[in-house]
Amino acid sequence: MITKRIIPCLDMTEGKVVKGIQFVNFRDAGDPVILAKKYDKEGADELVFLDITATTENRNILLDVVKRTAKNVSIPFTVGGGIRSVEDMRLVLKNGADKVAVNTGAFNNPKLITDCANYFGRQCVVLSLDARQVKKGIWNVFINGGTTDTGISAVRWAKKAVALGAGEILLTSIDTDGMKNGFDIELTKIISKNVNVPIIASGGAGRIEDFYEVFKKGKADAALAASLFHFGELTIKQVKNYLRSKEIPVRI
Amino acid sequence: MIVIIDYGLGNLGSVKNTLDKLGVDSMISKSRKDIEKADALILPGVGSAKQGMKNLKERGLDKILINEIKKGKPFLGICLGMQLLFSESKEGSVRCLNIIKGKVKQFNGKSLKVPQIGWNTVEQKTENKLFKNIPKNSSFYFVNSYYCLPNDKSVIVGETEYEINYCSVLLKNNITATQFHPEKSGQIGLQFIKNWIKKI
Repeated sequence: MITKRIIPCLDMTEGKVVKGIQFVNFRDAGDPVILAKKYDKEGADELVFLDITATTENRNILLDVVKRTAKNVSIPFTVGGGIRSVEDMRLVLKNGADKVAVNTGAFNNPKLITDCANYFGRQCVVLSLDARQVKKGIWNVFINGGTTDTGISAVRWAKKAVALGAGEILLTSIDTDGMKNGFDIELTKIISKNVNVPIIASGGAGRIEDFYEVFKKGKADAALAASLFHFGELTIKQVKNYLRSKEIPVRI
Repeated sequence: MIVIIDYGLGNLGSVKNTLDKLGVDSMISKSRKDIEKADALILPGVGSAKQGMKNLKERGLDKILINEIKKGKPFLGICLGMQLLFSESKEGSVRCLNIIKGKVKQFNGKSLKVPQIGWNTVEQKTENKLFKNIPKNSSFYFVNSYYCLPNDKSVIVGETEYEINYCSVLLKNNITATQFHPEKSGQIGLQFIKNWIKKI
């Protein structure tokens, strides 16, 4: 049986892992390679690595960090941040990533998704979607590191991106990011219901029960968390043991 | 020396990293000379079947591969590298290498999400050295929208359930192939590759 995935996220800037609240107020969380190795050992199902300022600073992703991190892990590894072309994607994959997340670059140029999917296969293309609630029950897509409201509904963009070739969606709620009050269940559920690719829910994990809820009520296929794991508040093993006790299939 | 075949696709670096960890000599190459000299070959896979076949043909690697495999050189195909061994793939309706008779079909996606992404169990259909020190029903990492249907069922040594039971580990003489990514399946995956290397 396919299991639900627990994914630590390494948000990076200037070669360091950082963690913010609602996409601002970042604090240093340590060295990416050391963290990646630790999570691999502790039973993480995957890792996500996001160069969160690559787009806003208009530069390319830190390939050497990608390379060093990838050398030290034996689990799948998604890399995103500042991807604007098939060539960008090829370089990230060549340096050891298994999947590539596209966000602003794909929103501004949706053909990027199709081109990447045709070349590398759709399972390799992760749509990273940052959403914020603008009205009750309505979420918009935000780009440029969450700074720009596109005015486009998250559901609409998710469906379009999947039709274009995205094989998975990394869905981050800006509202719940770093707040530790639980994942955005409503947002996760509505996106999961509207597309037929796996959804990685992100933003808001604070208690062990939050993981259960996002799988059970939010219909997520994977749950991502950062500060909880980086700052040692919960271990991956604790989360998985808890989920198993609640009959959610996980790999232990 | 194990040659990881560079056909411009796939997570070549990950496979190389894994072999480095195991202390096995390997290189990433597309040269005929290297491939012919190699003790064993790995065809990794992340990509689409259509692009994969196109890239193999453009580099003249399709004929070299068929030749080397026919000669009995140990071969490991991973994910797309498994699917390309088959007669044809529904992904882009493309003729593949036709080394293993059968088809590659897409999950219908009626009850489950497509692609399958994540850790799934492999049922060991037979006792085999490939599974040495790998507990029954261990999980491996899968990323696939398509699955292989070999005509000759006796080549199936591992099966996985996703919509249906399908072939996730194939073994035929010198050919080993997996639908999952052993290079991404943690310690269990390392053990699998170690077992393959011991066999060759």
